[in-house]
Amino acid sequence: MGSRASTLLREEEIEEIKKETGFSHSQITRLYSRFTSLDKGENGTLSREDFQRIPELAINPLGDRIINAFFPEGEDQVNFRGFMRTLAHFRPIEDNEKNKDPTASEPLNSRSNKLLFAFRLYDLDRDDKISRDELLQVLRMMVGVNISDEQLGSIADRTIQEADQNGDNSISFNEFIKVLEKVDVEQKMSIRFLH
Amino acid sequence: MENCLRQPVVLLQVWFSVMIGFIMIPAMFGLSLGVTSVYIQILVKILEWATLRIERGHRERSTLPVPAPLPFGLIQREGGSMEQEMGELRRYRTQSISRGEFALSDSFYFYIKGLESIVDDQVTQRFSSEELVSWNLLTRTNHNFHYISLRLTVIWGLGVIIRYCVLFPLRITLAIIGLTWLVIGTTLVGFLPNKRLKNWLSELVHLMCYRICARGLSATIQYHNKENKPQKGGICVANHTSPIDIVILANDGCYAMVGQSHGGLMGVIQRSMVRSCPHVWFERSEMRDRNAVTSRLRAHVAAKTNLPILIFPEGTCINNTSVMMFKKGSFEIGGTIYPVAIKYDPRFGDAFWNSAKYNMVNYLLRMMTSWAIVVNVWYLPPMTRREGEDAAQFANRVKSAIAHQGGLLDMAWDGSLKRAKVKEEFKEQQQKMYSSMVMGKKGRNSQEHLFCIHHSCVVNRV
Repeated sequence: MGSRASTLLREEEIEEIKKETGFSHSQITRLYSRFTSLDKGENGTLSREDFQRIPELAINPLGDRIINAFFPEGEDQVNFRGFMRTLAHFRPIEDNEKNKDPTASEPLNSRSNKLLFAFRLYDLDRDDKISRDELLQVLRMMVGVNISDEQLGSIADRTIQEADQNGDNSISFNEFIKVLEKVDVEQKMSIRFLH
Repeated sequence: MENCLRQPVVLLQVWFSVMIGFIMIPAMFGLSLGVTSVYIQILVKILEWATLRIERGHRERSTLPVPAPLPFGLIQREGGSMEQEMGELRRYRTQSISRGEFALSDSFYFYIKGLESIVDDQVTQRFSSEELVSWNLLTRTNHNFHYISLRLTVIWGLGVIIRYCVLFPLRITLAIIGLTWLVIGTTLVGFLPNKRLKNWLSELVHLMCYRICARGLSATIQYHNKENKPQKGGICVANHTSPIDIVILANDGCYAMVGQSHGGLMGVIQRSMVRSCPHVWFERSEMRDRNAVTSRLRAHVAAKTNLPILIFPEGTCINNTSVMMFKKGSFEIGGTIYPVAIKYDPRFGDAFWNSAKYNMVNYLLRMMTSWAIVVNVWYLPPMTRREGEDAAQFANRVKSAIAHQGGLLDMAWDGSLKRAKVKEEFKEQQQKMYSSMVMGKKGRNSQEHLFCIHHSCVVNRV
């Protein structure tokens, strides 16, 4: 009388994921359920089409960028570990974590890791700089056809001017953090899981 | 030697025929011997015991909590509109939002919305069977349940034997008898010339056959508000979960069916049904021409003596936890709409037809090896289109009424998303809304709640 879903996710795996991502046991089981329901091919991995099948994601202007964030460099499939690792960035920051062991590596959902995730969604070529072109690309995705190239260009220029401090006409990660230092990242870049 | 084998076989045959007779004859006259209700009551008791036993088993087994299904989803979402959320994100800037302009944090809004939908969205779960709170001792609904105790396993084993070896042959025989009688009966009635006698007999034949078929599924149907039953010349509209919906509704009245004409066995049944009373069968080519379809249906409705048409405006089977967008075509025909809400009890059998996973034959086999089908049917008061209301708004009004009555979620998403991709225009709407925020336009129209379509649901579990 075994069960289909849970036999594929062993206790040791759940423990490992718990340590790596900080999700609770029940959250991991529930997310695994979700993962398998999205996995139409039933091969233990998700492809880009599996994500595209979610209507709310398909109508999101930045949907493609978000989907890309799940897939490691050059790969077309993401397994459950990778899925959880990406989602872990959006776990709310809990107070008791701040007192944890300082020698342990920074948790995936720390403020700077959340900002790094957002930074990487702009910085496609991973050169640690958001160039004018990269910014324009994201802007174009968000506004569609409703704003002309010139206007969009001047918006991009203004944004870079505001943020750029070392005059290299692009936004580095530190400059990015500086601009957003007053944003309540903990709240705005977290998904509230119901237990 | 032969005689030894003969006796039990003969006994079996006799027992079988007696059972069939006992089930069929009362069914034909709409009476019940009460056996099914006793069966259901016993089942309920057993399932309740099983639930408690499983809970106890989980508690004893581990200290880890067992994830209970969350009726409102895995996560708690912000209910704000795009403007509100962006405004909060931009608070750190000195410019007010009406001045427009872009902020690096704007994209956060889209990221969060996207990730929330990856973790939990309202649409894709409607196209697979509902997850049960507690296992109902059917293998097919076993998702998260582990081995608990010997007694439970034994009962499950007994259940398998009873369902496959006792109930299933009975049900198959009944179904075959029902369908055969339908074909023969309607063909015979078709030969009669006299109008009134013909109609009366045709209704009788149809009712009898559907009742036998319903028995063939161990269906227990509870009809509510019978005073609102669809009248002749009207249009009956219901939410769609499975092909069995037709049997369920036709057990209590005669309807004119609408659908595509098929070949093979279905075609034979369709053609003979049409002989005794007018149904509306379309050729595949005709279906594409919306005007032709509408005018034919209109003609049928206009003849006030015709039976009410039965239409399922969702266009596809949904898993009975929500009602999805009603296609407005059915609401352009005119006439009075009689809405009907159908709700299956998932404990006794999963009635949803996942046409991507199972074909019709497979589905019917699964139906016949479930415990039973327990349904609640509510007849709602008739509705007509109001002044100044267009077909789409009328469709939404009817949909809300059905969802509210049946305790289902009222969703604006289209059921055809089961197979088709979502339309580009929704994304374009999002982009347009965001653009107007960037440009700082004043006086924008307030269609702000695109991402929050699912938040306008009425959740009202009966």
